[in-house]
Amino acid sequence: MAAKARTRPKAGVESTGGEPAETLRDYYERMSLVRAFELRSSEMYARAKIGGYCHLNLGEEATVVGLTAAIETRDYLFTGYRDHGYALLRGLSPERVMAELFGKVTGVSGGRGGSMHMFDSEARLLGGYGIVGGQIPPATGAALALKNQETAGPDAAAVMCLLGDGTTNIGAFHESLNLAGLWKLPIVYVIVNNGLGMGTTVEMASAEPDLYKRAASYRMPGVRVDGDDVLAVRDAARDALKQARESRQPVLLEVMCYRLRGHSVVDPARYRSPEETTIAQQSDPVPSFRAELIASGVLSEADAAAIDEAADVRVSEAVVFAEESPEPAREDLFKYVYATPVANAPSALPGEPVMDAL
Amino acid sequence: MTTEVATTRTITYRQALNETLRAELERDEKVFLIGEEIGVFEGSYKITAGLLEDFGPERVLDAPIAEEGFVGAALGAAMLGMRPVVEIMTINFSLIAIDQIVNHAAKMRSMFAGQVSIPLVIRMPGGGGQQLAATHSQNLEVWYAHIPGLKVVAPSTPADAKALLTAAIRDDDPVIFLENLSLYSAKGEVPDGEQVAEIGKAAVVKTGTDLTIVSYSRGTTTALEVAHQLEAEGLSIEVVDLRSLRPLDRDTICASVKKTGHAVVFEDDWLSYGIGAEISATIGEGVFDFLDAPVRRVAAAEVPLPYAKALEKAALPNAADLAKVVREVLNISTTANDK
Repeated sequence: MAAKARTRPKAGVESTGGEPAETLRDYYERMSLVRAFELRSSEMYARAKIGGYCHLNLGEEATVVGLTAAIETRDYLFTGYRDHGYALLRGLSPERVMAELFGKVTGVSGGRGGSMHMFDSEARLLGGYGIVGGQIPPATGAALALKNQETAGPDAAAVMCLLGDGTTNIGAFHESLNLAGLWKLPIVYVIVNNGLGMGTTVEMASAEPDLYKRAASYRMPGVRVDGDDVLAVRDAARDALKQARESRQPVLLEVMCYRLRGHSVVDPARYRSPEETTIAQQSDPVPSFRAELIASGVLSEADAAAIDEAADVRVSEAVVFAEESPEPAREDLFKYVYATPVANAPSALPGEPVMDAL
Repeated sequence: MTTEVATTRTITYRQALNETLRAELERDEKVFLIGEEIGVFEGSYKITAGLLEDFGPERVLDAPIAEEGFVGAALGAAMLGMRPVVEIMTINFSLIAIDQIVNHAAKMRSMFAGQVSIPLVIRMPGGGGQQLAATHSQNLEVWYAHIPGLKVVAPSTPADAKALLTAAIRDDDPVIFLENLSLYSAKGEVPDGEQVAEIGKAAVVKTGTDLTIVSYSRGTTTALEVAHQLEAEGLSIEVVDLRSLRPLDRDTICASVKKTGHAVVFEDDWLSYGIGAEISATIGEGVFDFLDAPVRRVAAAEVPLPYAKALEKAALPNAADLAKVVREVLNISTTANDK
């Protein structure tokens, strides 16, 4: 179990003081939407509407809301495979995200990517990556392109690259941070540390379990923040992005949160002790943020219930849309293989001749 | 009708590559080069000589030894509209970057439904015969030729090096550009001015009627040498230079074999599951009825390549091996001066 569990089992926002009620309400709406979407995704998976691997943001909602509140429209976001919430809060409609899960042509990636590969070039969500850490070198290269295309300053764009705690042990992580530190790239690497890489704890996997400290090797600031505190996450991410866009100073930000359920929807997480499960549940940021907003008078119980209800309705509409959307057409199988048409591109289906007999 | 006469110059394969990189850097400011030792050191094989000096460190970017990192970074820059040309010092080191090439560069456009294109070129030499031992002498072209989403070209002449590299840089897809250590100093006629090859097309580089040799890259030069040698003995050999390993120009291969009725594949990679296996299957499917003999393959011995010159020579396919197999396929007894 992650060290922070022993020190701070109760989730919540440190202080909402000074934050406009509208903003707090908005953040709760977003958290509620992600929660409702992920619960429904789980249900749809159980009903075999969704195939493949399906990793949920349950328990990480404060992190998802905080990070996506910090990035600007002009910034680029790369994520790992636990990406549904980020897609939703980057502005992709629940309809298109659910349709992607259903493998429909109306999905954000035309039904070709599925749960792990949400992508929207206009929203500057550049994936959704299923291979652990696969996104880190391309995100670094996107920052390299930005460095060459733009001048540093408050209006410059930056890249945010999300990764999990387990990802900090792969070579691509270290190679990329070295390049970013060396070339002074406008990028923020965010470790979403939910304490577990599948069933392996950070302590079992990382010789230096204080992951933010790894930034020191690359002359980069390393910052750790409480991932259950939506405002703290947002502020830390904003500060990091500011350094990236204005000073071309890459930053490593570690966000401590909990995964409420198993690694993916099919994982019952039996490797967790009852105590650990209790701690994860106590750390659940959605009910705690809700309770705080009610306690501080930002929301009434009825307001909160109405927000939850609205999120549920929104997700129901997304399910209907996904259900009713068409499958991708068989004749479009090869449609996106090449951007520049090329002579002799293969187009045979299984069992078809590779060429006409002469 | 233009009266302008096309001029040519005789230059090396290395010089053709260098001039093409220079021309494309000048033509399009989105083009940049990235790789180990390509700037200050001017390239392990001096392909990028003089380019850092003329284009500066933003266009000719020296990368640390981190193939997965800088190949992936080039890919990410391509996602934002840049046109990176990566040099990997040799194809052997591309294995360190293979996740970025195979799992990412090749997949992104399809997996994200055409929302992103990857105008990325990865240049790298393969080839044995330099006594570099097992880890530095491989011909791993099938590893990439196997992957949908990639385009894989392997020029055999300086002229093709120029025209195919130009095409690769202007292409909006990831192109694996395979060079060969033993070709860098080879000379050939290269037309002046802009030359853009069509990727995906093979070329009949010598016509003949008795047998077809199918090859690519370094192998094509050996195939031509053997074909001319056998010409003196009265044999008419056609040579098909694949030029593009993916896509594969099956029509040109089969049209040639339909005419000659005999085929030998000459390849630098290992025999099992190699390029020749694909060519043989293609010929079997396309022109079985026209074959007068089984298709044969002349490929490298299936062993990690030893350092010792004698063993290295024994393992690599050469002109004598090819001539022997051509004669066997044509059912001609080996003459005394063959070996």
